[in-house]
Amino acid sequence: MAKSHKPVVWFPFAAGGTVIAFCIPVIVLLTFLAALGHVPAGLSYEKLHAFAAGGIGKLVLFGVIALSAWSSAHRLRCTCYDFGLRADTLVATVLYVAAIVGSIAAALFLLRI
Amino acid sequence: MSRKPLVRECPPTTWYFRQPRYLRYMSREITSIFVGAYCVLLVVGLQRLAAGPAAWEGFLLALRSPASIVFQFLCLIAAVYHAATWFNATQKAMPLQIGEDFVPGNVISGAHYAVWILLSLVVMFFAGVF
Repeated sequence: MAKSHKPVVWFPFAAGGTVIAFCIPVIVLLTFLAALGHVPAGLSYEKLHAFAAGGIGKLVLFGVIALSAWSSAHRLRCTCYDFGLRADTLVATVLYVAAIVGSIAAALFLLRI
Repeated sequence: MSRKPLVRECPPTTWYFRQPRYLRYMSREITSIFVGAYCVLLVVGLQRLAAGPAAWEGFLLALRSPASIVFQFLCLIAAVYHAATWFNATQKAMPLQIGEDFVPGNVISGAHYAVWILLSLVVMFFAGVF
């Protein structure tokens, strides 16, 4: 059977699409409320720090950010191609590297909390 | 005598104006720009959270700038649009067969919407919105 690297790209993309659909709207809503001046109690330093300090909190935050970043990087690659930017190898490299760097940064920041 | 070669004309940068369904496809694709940018904001937020209470308060204050409010409003629309189109597609992507019959498509999509709303309410509850 022919081997392909596509599943490696495809799985986080599909998982990320699901995570984005289920989780990102409510997360945006929370920070949007904070932006409007109604900071939810859960976004106070004490509450959020306590959540991110726990193992489950770390895992949830990292999962949401890493999968969303990877999925949107893959979709942005397709979007660039669809808008007529046909330097696919360059676009893919830049976006995937950005997603990987963002994920590693998120993990490092979480480990510091 | 050779035949005239078939040349399919497809303008690479304006093709999606040809049909409403292409435009709908592209409007969904564009949501990835906002989700990607929002991910950057989340990573910056984590960095601020790790840097201590003062840094986090500064981050919350920076969120209140007009540019940030507009950006997050657009992100909210993009995220909801992405979610709705994703759930609408689930009935095509994962048809479910029980015995002889297929479960109706709107039941599959409806179940996703229900779980989505429930999950959002639970997150908002634990985040102290109400």
